[in-house]
Amino acid sequence: MSVFKRDKKEEEDSGGNPYLNLDKTSVLQEARYFNQSPVNPRKCSLILTKILYLLNQGEVFTTQEATEAFFATTKLFQSKDVMLRRMVYLCIKELSTLAQDVIIVTSSLTKDMTGKESLYRAAAIRALCSITDSTMLQAIERYMKQAIVDNNPAVSSAALVSALHLSSTAPELVRRWANEAQEAVLSDNAMVSYHALGVIAGSRKNDKLSTVKLVTRLAKASLKSPYSLCLLIRLTAQLVEEDDSDASQPYIEFIECCLRHKSEMVIYEAAHAIVNLRKNARDLAPAVSVLQLFCGSSKASLRLAGARTLARLTAKNPTAVSACAVDLENLISDPNRSVATLAVTTLLATGAESSVDRLMKQISSFVSEISDEFKIVVVKAIRRLCTKFPRKHQSLAAFLAGMLRDEGGLEYKAAIADAIIALVEENPDAKETGLAHLCEFIEDCEHTALAVRILHLLGQEGPKSRQPSRYIRFIYNRVILESGPVRAAAVSAVAQFGAQRPELLPNIKVLLSRCQMDDEDEVRDRAVFYSIILDSGDPQLINDYIINVSQPNPVLLEKALRDHLEINPDVLFDINSVPTEEEPKENKEPIVEMEVRKPVQMSLEEIYAEQLAVIPGIEKLGPVFKTNLPVELTEAETEYRVRLIKHIYARHVILQFECINTLDDQVLEDVHIRLECPPEYEVKSEVHCQKLVYDKPGSVFLVVEFPCAFLGSLGSFGATLEFTVHDCDPTTGNPDPGEGYADIYPLEEFDIGCSDQIRARGAAEDFEQTWERSSNAPQASDTFVLPQNEANEAAQAVCEHLGLPKAAISGEAVKEIRGGGVFRGGAPVLVRARLVSRGDGTTMQLAARSPREDIAQLILAAVG
Amino acid sequence: MHIKPMDGALFEPTLYIIKGMCILDNDGNRILAKYYDKEILPTTKEQKAFEKNLFNKTHRANAEIIMLDGLTCVYKSNVDLFFYVMGNSHENELILLSVLNALYESVSILLRRNVEKRVLLDNLDAVMLAFDEICDGGVILDSDPTSIVGRAALRTEDVPLGEQTVAQVLQSAKEQLKWSLLK
Repeated sequence: MSVFKRDKKEEEDSGGNPYLNLDKTSVLQEARYFNQSPVNPRKCSLILTKILYLLNQGEVFTTQEATEAFFATTKLFQSKDVMLRRMVYLCIKELSTLAQDVIIVTSSLTKDMTGKESLYRAAAIRALCSITDSTMLQAIERYMKQAIVDNNPAVSSAALVSALHLSSTAPELVRRWANEAQEAVLSDNAMVSYHALGVIAGSRKNDKLSTVKLVTRLAKASLKSPYSLCLLIRLTAQLVEEDDSDASQPYIEFIECCLRHKSEMVIYEAAHAIVNLRKNARDLAPAVSVLQLFCGSSKASLRLAGARTLARLTAKNPTAVSACAVDLENLISDPNRSVATLAVTTLLATGAESSVDRLMKQISSFVSEISDEFKIVVVKAIRRLCTKFPRKHQSLAAFLAGMLRDEGGLEYKAAIADAIIALVEENPDAKETGLAHLCEFIEDCEHTALAVRILHLLGQEGPKSRQPSRYIRFIYNRVILESGPVRAAAVSAVAQFGAQRPELLPNIKVLLSRCQMDDEDEVRDRAVFYSIILDSGDPQLINDYIINVSQPNPVLLEKALRDHLEINPDVLFDINSVPTEEEPKENKEPIVEMEVRKPVQMSLEEIYAEQLAVIPGIEKLGPVFKTNLPVELTEAETEYRVRLIKHIYARHVILQFECINTLDDQVLEDVHIRLECPPEYEVKSEVHCQKLVYDKPGSVFLVVEFPCAFLGSLGSFGATLEFTVHDCDPTTGNPDPGEGYADIYPLEEFDIGCSDQIRARGAAEDFEQTWERSSNAPQASDTFVLPQNEANEAAQAVCEHLGLPKAAISGEAVKEIRGGGVFRGGAPVLVRARLVSRGDGTTMQLAARSPREDIAQLILAAVG
Repeated sequence: MHIKPMDGALFEPTLYIIKGMCILDNDGNRILAKYYDKEILPTTKEQKAFEKNLFNKTHRANAEIIMLDGLTCVYKSNVDLFFYVMGNSHENELILLSVLNALYESVSILLRRNVEKRVLLDNLDAVMLAFDEICDGGVILDSDPTSIVGRAALRTEDVPLGEQTVAQVLQSAKEQLKWSLLK
């Protein structure tokens, strides 16, 4: 009976779907039919559809299978059936990435793209461009140019879109088609004009001046296509963002004008741009009222667009948004949960403390129905509420804890944990409750990474609480129950308690000794390590290896270790020479965000490491100590743009001059720098930039040795760019025949200061102890009178000189700067200063301590 | 390399707007799907998992738009078919909606307004061509249903009855009977 039932079901299924249960081998067999002549187009089309269907379902074709299918397909060029030919093109495109020797069909496709049948031409162009490479492109270049300006919009669009795809691999070639594309922008056909605009904008991405020209010209041309207008608004908005002056007024006017367009798409695009560009309420008003209208629309997408953009605006201008409160209130029971969530979170962000409870209740009614993305939005909103209304922390924490118990992915859980962690860190009243919630959560947390983070936090915060012992039970439970990484983290957390609470030390020692029997190496190693450190009873040792452990950037550490092993494995490796992990910059923007994909954050050192590899002998300099932020050495709108990146090593500095040639009719050769150094600096080697073509950055590197004495390292440099100019054809980029001529270009002066050579950070909580501990280190101190009237202003200037973050400043009337860092070479340094305003200036008393006295003096010299 | 400051506030001025399009049946199985960004859902396995998830979140509530896994998805359904267009989470939703409408409307014309799975499968080749005419590698190629259909519905006339095999005739008669009973 059951067999019968299943058969019946299968029959029903396959009756509805002829493509169900297709077998790859038999379909490929069927494809042999293509070799017959003449063929039945309908039958062939069905076979091709089957192949495409299999590919689309994710069936894997081996190279051989794909190649066979591909070659069988090419036989069908014999047939004159239009539909079949189109399916052939589609197959060629799909198989082109899998099969070999696909260029064999080039001539057939070229014939079709230049033929009479217009239904073939557009599709043939797209198929051809998907199989071709840049070397073959030149052969069809003439046809492509013709196709771009063809009367048939489909052909023109196909050529333009293909050109856009090709511009990622052959940008110079496609740039040569710009004239044709310019012509096509003004086409009557909406899509052709859109595609042409995209090609032009793409080819001039880095050339601001021509973007300005393009935008100015087209803003007046009143484009018809809504898509084109959207793209134009985006380009215009980018220009306004880069240049905030009055010069951008006409652009703003153009965007505002688009608010009155008849297409909703364009209206929204304009409103979105204005919300992101303008600041004061009056300028925002027209855009906000448009968004308000959207919120009342019958289309969910429009409501979402409206609510989402208003939500973003809360960060910048909460008052402008609170004017829309009524419209948002209407959305909190919206059938589209995304819209409802946005409305509630926005109201939470702009509303008063009294409405919090009501809105929270509203959210909890549907929180289980919304996707993780929006749950994260809710969590973030609640996190901001915690900061805004600290008194509400109890109910907010309880709500978060409730969410933590629900089902959800790692990202969602991590967001909640983040929110609770932030609550614990910001609000001392909430610390105990927050930690208790987290303890409960790790009792059954399936995400290892999250459990490890929470254990780390418990290790940090637990010892400082009133009853530290209660956390130890939770942590130690992990040692018994969890996987290796979690157990290891728990051991580290337990050790923190031992290090910071002497009364618990005996018990902790017992726990650690038990962990020494663990199966996992890492857990055992940690337990042994911490036991020995704790047994030593040396406060300095305990502080440096348990409480305040410095964390080197792992990528750079790996590189430094590798270089070290290659060059001088006999010498001891100094871990202080590796840059420490940057504290992730706190993202304070309180916007209701939905982007989940964030670019991977890389430190400057990591970004440039690859470029520096071209310098011969670079590994001899040791690990890079610090890479400084780029400094512009030219004005913004000049022929050649040069910026300087200073890479600091223990005894050398590498000056990287990153040059951009903004003239499309010139090619620069043998670009190098003439440097005027302060005394005692010595240029060791130089890497020229052999060729600098239009709009492609190239770098000149100079390896310069610091003076022996640290005190001599402050100074100014003069630099001149020297090169040979060859004129060239702006469209092809080919240089004109004949010798070039030498030319020079003066650059602005630049300095190497104290801040370049120090990796500084603001004072940690235990600055006082650290300062006391270093009392026997050499100290340099002096009193200065600074020109600034405001003590705060003066303090900021001093911080900038020393490379300290603004966070190092504290105090009200008497400003105090406390901070420290590591000087190149690895010597630590501590700085403390007091500043008092004197009406006509600020008096500052500055003291610096370092094991190297000359570094302490250098700090004073840098300020003086 | 010049590093541009990361600022996600404004929309990116690019033509590469569509991240994916798909048509699912009423069990959430893929009938046709295309993804255009190599960095987003690169493998079929990830794509199908995403589609399942998307379907679960959308098949009950006809709410038109949803944010999922960092993508903005607009959707529309009819009988036993679900149409989706996906874009970046930071993208003009209305542009995506216009593409969805183009997709739905073109398919609807191609299927002579019988937007249901069986009819769609009978015309799968034309629908594939329509997909290809709407979006090329993430760029909107056309959004006007009439011109899309003009370039995708190329079948001249149906094969005369005489050329069909007996089995084919029987099969189609059987199906028509079954569907008329089901309705």
